[in-house]
Amino acid sequence: MAATVEQGKGIGVAALRKEDRKFLTGRGRYVDDLKLPGMLHMAIVRSQFPHAAITGIETSAAMAMPGVTAVLTGDDLEFAAGVPCASNPTGQMVHPTRPPLAKGRVRHVGEPIAVVIAADRYTARDAADAVEVGYAELPAVLGVEAALADGAPRVHEELDSNVGLVLAHRTDGVDEAFARADVVCEATIRNQRLIHVPIETRGVVADWNPASDELVVTSSTQVPHFLRTFLAIVCGVSEAKVRAIAPDVGGGFGAKLNAYAEEFIAAAASRKVGAPVKWIEERSEAMLATCHGRAQIAHMSLAATKDGKVLGMRAHYVQDYGSYLQMLTPLISQLTFLMSPGAYAIPEVDVKVTNVYTNTVPTDALRGAGRPEATHAIERSMDMLAGELGMSRTEIRRRNFPSEFPFTSAIGLQYDSGDYGKTLDRLLELSDDRETFARRREEAAARGKLLGRGLSTWVEVCGFVPSDVARNALGLTPGGWESSTVRMHPTGKATVITGTSPHGQGHATSWSQIVETELGVPFDDVEVIHGDTAFAPYGLGTYGSRSLAVGGTAVHLAATKVRDKARLVAAQMLEASPDDLDFSGGVFAVKGSPDKRTTIQEVAFRAWQAFGMPEGVTPGLDETVFFDPPNCVFPFGAHGCEVEVDRDTGKVEITSYIAVDDCGNVVNPMIVDGQVHGGVVHGIGQALYEEAEYDSGGQLVTGTLVDYLIPSAADVPHIETHRTVTPSPTNPLGVKGIGEAGTIASTPAVVSAVCDAVGARDLDMPLQPMKVWDAIQKGGAR
Amino acid sequence: MKSAVTMTVNGAPRTAEVEPRTLLVHLLREHLNLTGTHVGCDTSNCGACTVWLDDEAVKACTVLAVQAHGHEVTTIEGIAANGDLHPMQRAFHEHHGLQCGYCTPGMIMTAIKLVEAVPAPSDEEIRRGLEGNLCRCTGYENIVAAVRAASEVRV
Repeated sequence: MAATVEQGKGIGVAALRKEDRKFLTGRGRYVDDLKLPGMLHMAIVRSQFPHAAITGIETSAAMAMPGVTAVLTGDDLEFAAGVPCASNPTGQMVHPTRPPLAKGRVRHVGEPIAVVIAADRYTARDAADAVEVGYAELPAVLGVEAALADGAPRVHEELDSNVGLVLAHRTDGVDEAFARADVVCEATIRNQRLIHVPIETRGVVADWNPASDELVVTSSTQVPHFLRTFLAIVCGVSEAKVRAIAPDVGGGFGAKLNAYAEEFIAAAASRKVGAPVKWIEERSEAMLATCHGRAQIAHMSLAATKDGKVLGMRAHYVQDYGSYLQMLTPLISQLTFLMSPGAYAIPEVDVKVTNVYTNTVPTDALRGAGRPEATHAIERSMDMLAGELGMSRTEIRRRNFPSEFPFTSAIGLQYDSGDYGKTLDRLLELSDDRETFARRREEAAARGKLLGRGLSTWVEVCGFVPSDVARNALGLTPGGWESSTVRMHPTGKATVITGTSPHGQGHATSWSQIVETELGVPFDDVEVIHGDTAFAPYGLGTYGSRSLAVGGTAVHLAATKVRDKARLVAAQMLEASPDDLDFSGGVFAVKGSPDKRTTIQEVAFRAWQAFGMPEGVTPGLDETVFFDPPNCVFPFGAHGCEVEVDRDTGKVEITSYIAVDDCGNVVNPMIVDGQVHGGVVHGIGQALYEEAEYDSGGQLVTGTLVDYLIPSAADVPHIETHRTVTPSPTNPLGVKGIGEAGTIASTPAVVSAVCDAVGARDLDMPLQPMKVWDAIQKGGAR
Repeated sequence: MKSAVTMTVNGAPRTAEVEPRTLLVHLLREHLNLTGTHVGCDTSNCGACTVWLDDEAVKACTVLAVQAHGHEVTTIEGIAANGDLHPMQRAFHEHHGLQCGYCTPGMIMTAIKLVEAVPAPSDEEIRRGLEGNLCRCTGYENIVAAVRAASEVRV
C-alpha cells in the first residue's frame, strides 16, 4: 500500500504545507508571544564557577529594586523530586540527585542558583545582576581525561568515581578475529562538543492557579506529555491538574527533548508568587545552560583481511556526560554503542562505552543523538582501512555491506530492510566523473586549490522503539508507542489529534495527506491538533526521527478504524452487506451497482445522528489508536561531496553535495527533501565550524553566536537530493525516519573529502582553516 | 524616566512611553503587540528580528526604540496587501522555504530588500545577501530557491 500518487493531496504528493501561512505573516504563536493577565517575568542568577560551594546569597539589594516581586533561592522553593532522568541502561545506574535550583553546591558554570520575579524582563535582569552569591571554589574536572585521572576531584561525592556508567558487549570470537587479520587499523576519532542552537531559545510560561491548584505550563518543548508527567512528579501535584502546552516551537534538534530545571522553577515560582511567570532564555544563557551534545571520543580498531573484509571491530568510546543526567543523557552513548558497526556486517565486536561526569553543562540528544557519533567513527575508520589496504573507499564499503535483510548485527539489533549497495551505486552514477575530476584537480592546483572527494554510507536506527525493547534492552522509563485520534465531524470535516509534537516537521500537512488517502476526506478538510495535553491522549512527542514511522502510522491506523466503522454504517444506509461495498476516494459503492453510493461525509452525518445504526455499532466516527511498533526502522543512504581547500589559508569550500537516501515510502517528498537539506547543513556545521569550548577555568568560551559559528547561507553549498525506496516491513505505511539522516551522513562525508584534498589520514572536527592549514603544512598535500 | 516615541508602524501612527534603553524589537513586540518580529540572539547575529526602518532592513535588537522616533517602521505583519501575500511570502510557501517558522519573518524582510537592491541576483548573491539571517532548519536550500523565484516574479 501507500506511496502511490493519488489524485489530490494524498500520500506521495509534494503538497504545500498548510501550516505555512501563519508563519509567513507573523501570526505564529511562540511562547514569548503569550501574555497573561498579571504575568511576571523571571530572570535567573547562574553559577559563575564550574564547581563551588555556595556560601551565601545576598538578595536584599535586588529585593529593594522597584518592580521586583520576589527573589527565590533553593531554600525558598520546595520540590518533591530532582530534575528527572528517564534512562537507566543497566537498571543499576545511580542517578545523582539534582535539585532544580541549586542547594549549597553548583557543578557547572550556568547552573541556576536563584531567580528574580519582576514586573518586566528588563527589571528582572537588572535585579538578577544585583544578587550577590558567595562561592567557595572547589576543584573542577574539565574534560574526560581530567575526570578519569587518578585522584581526580569527584563531580558527585555520592559516587565512587567520575565514571557514571560502563556499557560493554563482546562476542566470543573477537580476539581470534584480530589474531587472524591481515591488517589492523586503529584510530582515535573525536566528536566535539556541540550546541544545538534552535533559533528560538527555550522559554516557558507557568500559570499556577491558587484557587483550583491547576497548573498550566506553556513551554517551547518537543515533549509536552513527558513535561506534564515530570511537572507532576517534581512539583508534587496531581498529574490530572497539570496541562502542558507546546505552542509553535521554533526548532528543537533535541535541545527541547527534555524536562529542564527552569520549567520546574517557573512552575514553583508561579505557585509561590500567585501569578503567571514567564521565563525567556537569552541566547548567551542558552549556550551556557541548555544541554549540549556529542562530546565523545572513539578509540576504534578494525581487523580485516587483505581483500578488505572486516573480521572484527573494537570500539571503545568515552562519553562526556557533563555534570548531571538530563532526561535522556545515558541513552545517547547507548545509541552509539548499539549502532557502532554502522552499515557493515562485522561478525565479531568488542564494544565498550565509558561515561564520565565533568564540571560542564550536561550533554543529551542533539540531532542524531549518538548515531552521528557512531557513524562518524565507523565511516572514518573504513576510510582509513581503505587507505591502509590501498583499496577504494567505495569498494571497502561494498565488501562489508550486509547481504540479506532483515540483518541482525553482532550487537543484536535487527535491521528491518535495506539495500545499501543500491544507494551507493546511485551516488556513484550521479557523481561519476573520475576522468574530469583528475583534470579538474590539476587545474585547481594551478590556482592554489586542493580538490578532494568524500563519501559516507550511513544507516540509523529510528522510529524507536517497541516498548518492551525500550524497557528490557535500553532501560528507558517510557515505551516507544504513539497515539492518534481521527474524528469525523457531522459536517464531514475531520480532526486529527496526534501525540507527536512538531516544531518544523510539517505534521499538519503529512498527517492530513495520510487521512486523505485513507478516508478520502480532502486534505483541506483535515485539521491537525498537537502539543496540548488537554486535548490529546498521551503522546511521546517528536524526536529521534520517530514521528512518521510511529505517529504517522497511528494516524493511518485510526483513520482505518474510522473507515471500517463507516463501512458498517454505509452498508446499513445502502441496504447492502459491508463486504459488498467498494471504497474509493471517500465513496462507498455497492459492488456491481455503482449508483448505489454514499460518501464518507454522509456516513459521518448519519453516524452522528445515530439514526438506524447497525446492531452493536455505537454513535459517531471518532477513533483513537495507540500504536506500538514491532521493531525500529533503519533508513540508510550514501552521501558524497567535493571540496576545494585553499592551500594558503586552509579554508574549505564544499563545491558539490549529493545525498542519496532511502527512508522507505515517502508521504511528502518536498518535506523529506527539506529535512535532508537541514540535516546535511547541521552536519556540515559540525564538520567545519562548530565547537563548544571551555577554558581551563571552566568558563564557556563559545558563549554567544559571535564565538559559536552556525552556518549561514553563504557557508554552505547547494544540496542535491535523491532517493531509493526500500519500504519498511515494520509498519503498514512502509515508512522510515528522515529528520536526522542528513546530520548523520554529512559529517563523515565532508571530513572524508577534506582528508582526500589535503592528503591527511584523518582530521579532528571542526575543520576550521587553521587546523586544515596545519595539516597542509605537515605535508602530504597534493 | 520614560520617553514618548512616535512613529509610523505598518502605515499607522503609533505612540508609546518607553524607557530610553528599550530596544525597538521590544517596543514592537511588547508595547505594540506585533509579535511576528522575533528575537533569536543577543549579539545581532541571527537576524530573526529584522524589520524595515524607513527603507532599510535593520536588526530591531540593535536599534533603540527612541532611534526610530519620527521614522517609518515596517514589520512582517505589514507586507501582505489586502490579505494577499507579498510575492516573497508566496515564494517561501511554494518553495518550502520555512520549517519551524521562527527565522522566517526576519528572513523575508531581508530577502525583499535584497531583491530590491539586486534585481536578478545569482545564487551566490542571494546567499551572501542572507548571511546575516540564520536558519537552523532548512539548510537554506529552499530559502535560496524561494528568493530566486521571487526575484523572477519582480522582473
